[in-house]
Amino acid sequence: MHGGRSMAEFLQLLVNGLAVGCIYGLVALGFVLIYKAGEVVNFAQGEMMMLGAFVAFTFIVQFGLNYWIGLALAVVVMAAFGGLLDIVVVRRIIGQPQFSTVMLTIGLGVMMRSGASMVWGPETRGLPSPFDKTVLQIDGVVLSAVYLAILVTTALLCVFLLGFFRFTRVGLAMQAASQNQLAAYCMGIPVKRVLSSVWALSAGVATIAGVMLAPISLIDPNTGAIGLKAFAAAVIGGFGSIPGAVVGGILIGLIELFSGVYLPEGFKDTAAYIVLLAVLVVRPQGLFGAVGRKKV
Amino acid sequence: MTILRAQDLAINFGGIKAVDGITFDVNKGEIFTIIGPNGAGKTTIFNLISRIYQATSGKLVFDGDDITHMPPHRIAGRGIARTFQNVELFEHATLLQNLLLGQHAHRKTRPWEEVLFLPRVRVAEREIRRRVEEIIDFLDLQHYRDVVVQHLPYGVRKVIEVARALCTQPKLILLDEPSSGLNVEETEDLSFWIRDIRDDLGITVVMVEHDLALVNDVSDRVMAVNYGRLIATGTPADVQNHPDVIKAYLGG
Repeated sequence: MHGGRSMAEFLQLLVNGLAVGCIYGLVALGFVLIYKAGEVVNFAQGEMMMLGAFVAFTFIVQFGLNYWIGLALAVVVMAAFGGLLDIVVVRRIIGQPQFSTVMLTIGLGVMMRSGASMVWGPETRGLPSPFDKTVLQIDGVVLSAVYLAILVTTALLCVFLLGFFRFTRVGLAMQAASQNQLAAYCMGIPVKRVLSSVWALSAGVATIAGVMLAPISLIDPNTGAIGLKAFAAAVIGGFGSIPGAVVGGILIGLIELFSGVYLPEGFKDTAAYIVLLAVLVVRPQGLFGAVGRKKV
Repeated sequence: MTILRAQDLAINFGGIKAVDGITFDVNKGEIFTIIGPNGAGKTTIFNLISRIYQATSGKLVFDGDDITHMPPHRIAGRGIARTFQNVELFEHATLLQNLLLGQHAHRKTRPWEEVLFLPRVRVAEREIRRRVEEIIDFLDLQHYRDVVVQHLPYGVRKVIEVARALCTQPKLILLDEPSSGLNVEETEDLSFWIRDIRDDLGITVVMVEHDLALVNDVSDRVMAVNYGRLIATGTPADVQNHPDVIKAYLGG
């Protein structure tokens, strides 16, 4: 008697886990992009996602704009914010010890969190999505369109980024600058401007993640804490690998949901980190990472 | 005709005058070599010309334009290419990709055209590839075309760096110790290539070099520097016999 039901439950968990994992993956992608480009770990990446969701909330709910227009505007506003953050603040600390950049980005995260609760208040907000009420029923498995939309959007975004990095001049310039800044300058690449564009890009990606997350888990100024899980996802993926970040995110999303149902209480929030530790022990360079030894 | 002119060029790092008021001219079509003991300021001069360092004072004029304050990424498009002492390549990319990046400064297509791969982009890509293949043939790098650079031996990577610099279509190329780390045979090939770069491609060469056999072999003029100051300029023989140059190398 349990056969049918547990199968349905399994499929549902699978889809939900994939969807949540995609969100982690997109935030992790932001970590990786910025790290690859400028060797800065942006610990405010989760907060950028939270801010992006709130900006979209303002456009869509408070201004009553069309969902897609609101989303597009939020991405543009946040991309500008990300770029400015690099130009005005982060750029100045390049060349300082790694510790300073860590403290700086953690501090920026705290400021974004308090800024958000001053502007939008500490309460939880919902963001309606055009997929809200659509439900698909396949063989007794109820799938919400909101979750499927997340999967499709993530897939599209990955294809877009792949094309962008492989075929456009700006994308290639970003890759070049991340491999060797000195050489990139000599090839005529405006390295500083390229780094700021990377910040803009990863703020834009974070915004899309935030807007997709809002309908399934509501948003408040502390939503940025997801950044921690995304960070774990980036590490599992090999910190520096773009596909690795997405796969790492999906892995963590699946582990979280499945362990919440199939394992004893308490594992939901720790299982992801147990896997992280296991990966670090067995394969310290991450699942997709190149061997990270520095040549001397 | 002068292609590059440095006038009272100087840079201080804190209290250290790494380059201390040097004036020199490089003529179009010549092979001009900078020699000097370690720490004399030779590479610093290169870094000033390629605008990685900002000069404290003085002036740099290239091909009629004042480039003293030009941003570093515009130098390539203006026609100055360089190589580095320790080889600065895009290590995770193939030889071909490295050379294609050399053409970056000369691409004028827009992102949406590139994503849609419009005819304009196709024409530009074909032209870029043709030029890159010419350079590959010129330096005999056909074997390594699709190899990821980090897997190649040091000698080959040094040549790749020269190739990439040539792909930026320069008027002037700065070679920073091109022979360091090369064996005797590779150094001999290098002296032919340096001459071919000037004779066949019409590119003016400025190099920093320690191997005096190579210096004598290819240089038209030599400039000796020490402690950031110019000590002598002239033919290779003149400079090497100059009493101040001998003193700089041997002490005393």
